[in-house]
Amino acid sequence: MILGEVTGAAVASAKHYKLEGRKLLVVQPLSLLGAPVGEPVIAVDGHGIGAGEGDRVLVVQEGRAASILSGRDESPLDAAIIAVVDAVDLA
Amino acid sequence: MPSTSWTVDRVLYAQVIGTVVATVKDPSLTGQRLLLIQPLTPEGEASKSPPLVAIDAVGVGVSERVLYVKGKEASFPFLPETVLADAGIVARVDTLSHRPVDPP
Amino acid sequence: MILGRVAGTVVATRKDERLEGFKLLVVQAVAPDGKPKDSYVVAVDTVDAGVGELVLVVSGSSARMASGCQDRPIDAAVAGIVDAVDLVDGG
Repeated sequence: MILGEVTGAAVASAKHYKLEGRKLLVVQPLSLLGAPVGEPVIAVDGHGIGAGEGDRVLVVQEGRAASILSGRDESPLDAAIIAVVDAVDLA
Repeated sequence: MPSTSWTVDRVLYAQVIGTVVATVKDPSLTGQRLLLIQPLTPEGEASKSPPLVAIDAVGVGVSERVLYVKGKEASFPFLPETVLADAGIVARVDTLSHRPVDPP
Repeated sequence: MILGRVAGTVVATRKDERLEGFKLLVVQAVAPDGKPKDSYVVAVDTVDAGVGELVLVVSGSSARMASGCQDRPIDAAVAGIVDAVDLVDGG
């Protein structure tokens, strides 16, 4: 998993039926110090997580894990939000 | 015209550069050798990919050149057991020949 | 697998229920000689690793083969605590 910040959302009028009703969020990956690194990714919001813009989140980047989080097996997804981060404690 | 092809994971070629010892580990790793490998180019030079740790399905030694696979396939040689690994050595390489293609 | 050093922990209250009971570790990648690298991953801890320890991280779908992690929506797990790395000369 990686840390990221939700910076927006994708609205899609046409989508695969397994994505119906799912929130597709734009997530900017972050360094451990909170700086943006690399390109933003589109991640589905995990079922029952309710992440929104400005939230620090934990993102899973693997297909089947993303499907499990979305609540529908074999969804065409490759990233999903698994948690909203309260704090990162670094030694 | 595109300058590169769409790359997928290729046959993965590496050299064993060391070993890793771990006493506390997932039970499925008990008895597995953990080898540190450096990915190589087909020419035998260290590639840009950093070293990684792989399990060994063949019985290779340090300094030997090997082929490895990445992902869940690494544990397939041990089926029906599942071994917690995402990289595994599947061959010892005696020779690997490669002739670079001349540019047009 | 990659070698890493446990740099800290992630605290998340709002998370997928299948993460309950697992510690989330921030692991910084290290070179075989122990030098820290400029990348990190957040991994589920199944071996009770502590901050500062050198660990082995399994990522991708393989992470779900970790003890107790079957069908959990994760993509990285700490697979072991490293006692020693022996490098060949010039390796």
